[in-house]
Amino acid sequence: MDAKAGKMEFGAKAHVALNDPKLRANFRRAMDGLMTKRAAQFSDQEEWEALRARGAGVRARALAQLPQLLERLEANCTANGIQVHWAETTAEANAIVLGILEAAGARRVIKGKSMVTEEMHLNAYLEANGIAAVESDLGEYIIQLAGEAPSHIVMPCIHKNKVEIAELFADKIEGQVYTENVDELTAAARAALRGSFAGADAGISGVNFAVAETGTLVLIENEGNGRLSTTLPPLHIAVTGIEKVLEKLEDVPPLLSLLPRSATGQPITTYVNMISSPRKPGEKDGPNAVHLVLLDNGRSRVHADPELGDTLRCIRCAACMNHCPVYTRVGGHTYTFTYPGPIGKLLTPQLEGLDCAGDQPHASTLCKACAEVCPVQIPIPDLLVRLRTEAVRPGAAAAVKGGGSSASVSESLGWAGWRLLYASPLVYRIGTRLLGWFGNLMPASAPMLKQWTSVRAKPKFAPKSLHELAREKGFCDE
Amino acid sequence: MNSPRERILNRLKAAPRRVLPERPDWTPPVYDKAGRKAKFKSMLEASHADVHEVTRADWPERLKTILANKGVGTMLFAPTSDAGRQLAEGWAGQGPALIAYDRGIEEMKEVLVHKADAALTTARGGIAQTGSLVLWPSVDEPRLMSLLPPIHVALVEEDSLTDTLAATIRAQAWETGMPTNAVLVSGPSKTADIEQTLAYGVHGPKELIVLLIGSESK
Amino acid sequence: MTMTKPQRPNHVYFFGTCLVDLFYPEAGLAGMELLKRQGLKVVFPPKQSCCGQPARNNGYQDEARAVARVQLDAFPEDWPIVVPSGSCAGMMKTHYAELFHGTPDYDRAVAFSARVFELTEFLVDVLGVQLADKGEPVTITWHPSCHSQREAGVVEQPKALLRQLANVTLVENPREKECCGFGGAFAVRQAEISAAMVTDKVASIEETGATQVVSGDCGCLMNITGAAEKSRKGFTGRHIAEFILERCHGR
Repeated sequence: MDAKAGKMEFGAKAHVALNDPKLRANFRRAMDGLMTKRAAQFSDQEEWEALRARGAGVRARALAQLPQLLERLEANCTANGIQVHWAETTAEANAIVLGILEAAGARRVIKGKSMVTEEMHLNAYLEANGIAAVESDLGEYIIQLAGEAPSHIVMPCIHKNKVEIAELFADKIEGQVYTENVDELTAAARAALRGSFAGADAGISGVNFAVAETGTLVLIENEGNGRLSTTLPPLHIAVTGIEKVLEKLEDVPPLLSLLPRSATGQPITTYVNMISSPRKPGEKDGPNAVHLVLLDNGRSRVHADPELGDTLRCIRCAACMNHCPVYTRVGGHTYTFTYPGPIGKLLTPQLEGLDCAGDQPHASTLCKACAEVCPVQIPIPDLLVRLRTEAVRPGAAAAVKGGGSSASVSESLGWAGWRLLYASPLVYRIGTRLLGWFGNLMPASAPMLKQWTSVRAKPKFAPKSLHELAREKGFCDE
Repeated sequence: MNSPRERILNRLKAAPRRVLPERPDWTPPVYDKAGRKAKFKSMLEASHADVHEVTRADWPERLKTILANKGVGTMLFAPTSDAGRQLAEGWAGQGPALIAYDRGIEEMKEVLVHKADAALTTARGGIAQTGSLVLWPSVDEPRLMSLLPPIHVALVEEDSLTDTLAATIRAQAWETGMPTNAVLVSGPSKTADIEQTLAYGVHGPKELIVLLIGSESK
Repeated sequence: MTMTKPQRPNHVYFFGTCLVDLFYPEAGLAGMELLKRQGLKVVFPPKQSCCGQPARNNGYQDEARAVARVQLDAFPEDWPIVVPSGSCAGMMKTHYAELFHGTPDYDRAVAFSARVFELTEFLVDVLGVQLADKGEPVTITWHPSCHSQREAGVVEQPKALLRQLANVTLVENPREKECCGFGGAFAVRQAEISAAMVTDKVASIEETGATQVVSGDCGCLMNITGAAEKSRKGFTGRHIAEFILERCHGR
């Protein structure tokens, strides 16, 4: 067993989460609220369908010309004075960021919310190299204080209630008295972070959309911490996955209309921050240098598959997890890796390998609630089935990292038996009769039934099958 | 050369060619003149902003009253912008003390982070659909003015309102030249990170005051 | 591609589904009876078995295709194929094209898919049935299967049928659209999550005050009624075909 096998732990972590009533309640309440808010935004079905078709089309169009658009983005950013870097792996991306910081003599970093830097585990890396990175998004700040990872890609501390946050603040913020008042907690974070903003040598942010046409980085947020991180310090480093590129500026409005409405049910975020260059001569503020780090980390491999490549359309709105009956019950930390929920169980095995996260595509009933709300029409359930297929297909490693790793003789024998039973009418007739007899004799504690009967009565085979009844009633005659 | 850049691009270029889809039809909403203004106001107000209808002549006086009622002590302004000049001309007396943003951030940081209670900027335009101000910070009106002080006052002309961001980008041909920074502002800074409960002023301004100059006031 | 609904046919095929065949044959029989009472000649081809969904969903496409091909063979005439399950109908309507993509059977698979109807969809959209309720007053709630809603596209038809029943009070479960946690192999592979989901589903049904939950899918029913029985909830479950037949034709 390699070290990666230890990460196939979805079931074990789910067990812990399912038995944590507070966690369950926190997620249920939060997801119910987010679903209601989203539904209110898209009450006009016609508008929703047209808008999401446009959103999906715009993303598909960008991915169809991905290498060309990345080259155009690089050329236009460079012309604007933004320095562009390419990283194949998270290790390379971390080294690039560290190199930029060290060259500038930066020791203190303020961070805007960024899932890609979570994917890189950048904070830990910087800390190990003597650089303090402070998260400034309130949710990210809270989990950084708690020493945790985000449990949701839009609302990182959604697993915590205000009592837990009140205790955390009283414990970790100097001079903070215990309060459950949300305004007071927010004010405490503002006060604590003002100094970090003012003293930061550099700001690090993610990117929501990178517009190739103009070399513009679009960042959306509500708090203002993203704008501060990218404006107040003398150096700004933006980190993004290579898939976030858009062809044209006109592609921003439809996606901007889809993203916040899908995510939090807001018509728009408070701030839409479009950055096209560092501070120009005569300008009084803004960073003197802006860097853009383009991270691959397996995305080019995802892109190589015409079907799975649709995964990269994702604009990280989190609607899929907000509507996922599994995510709602097990929470984000159960998914171990950076991206939880439906998009996580689709993306993670492709980035990390099916040998490492192959249990995740099975953590779904394929209920399609995610596909129903996806603003860029990613067919998540169908792609999960594709991953399940690649996981058991011998020799599939060429298509998906770790492909074929779950192929097992016993399982494929089982399905061969299933095929034999259902593909031959004669075997079916005899086989199902035997199943009926023996099935009803099986005790509820039998290995195959034990899981089912833990909360359910044992299913009973009918005395006569529909095949038999149909024949008796004359439905089989043409 | 075999740099990460080359390797990434080569892998992407080796992928099977995809059909380039057209952009599916999508029509953003359209409003008439009255509807545009009403939508702009109502959306901003729904986002917790205060909108005051003013005239080109009276807005400094109106602002003085608004700020005085809030007990604002100091206000950052842009001394070289048209609005800044108009403000400074008639500001003597009882209003908040004006602070000019006339040096680089390196020298102004202390004032911006800790001292200014409010700041006045102009907006290049407004977007009705989402109740958004379009800010293009400039040499005269730097970026942090609309961000660090607890109250942001924005001056916007009714004639500059558009229906949607799509319409704004098209009408103003943004693709022909983007500024260092363009920002859409749709309310005061806010968060719902703690139990989905809205709280304002987490990092940016706690209040957004919009002075809407009516088109009839020309 | 929009499919034009066929004129009222003389013949229909009935695809019983593997689950109904072994566990809920009365539901299948009721479906056929309802169609027959509309004056149709209903044919149940004995060579049918399973739509192939279990293998498909678990990643065994060759096995799924082999079993699905048996169904392509079993329904030779150009008649509508009516299915008392949104899940199986969804599989046959929306996944056969991809399953047979690049095989010699592709064209007939696509033609097959176009003939598939979920039972209530067929009763309402094609036959426009009118129901006369003869049953006692009862309060029920509806449980739509995920694939019925989101794959087969059947949302309003079953409720339209239930609302025709004068003595039936249909109360809405606010969590109606949420998955019950069945998911085929999911119930075994992720047994604990599945258990949590069905426990919540059963509680939400109980809160409606209904004494019966009616559904168009026996997978969900096996899950929901199994959990309700085990935890001694005060409601039972019924397939919509049986429910309607019993009330309107007193069987």
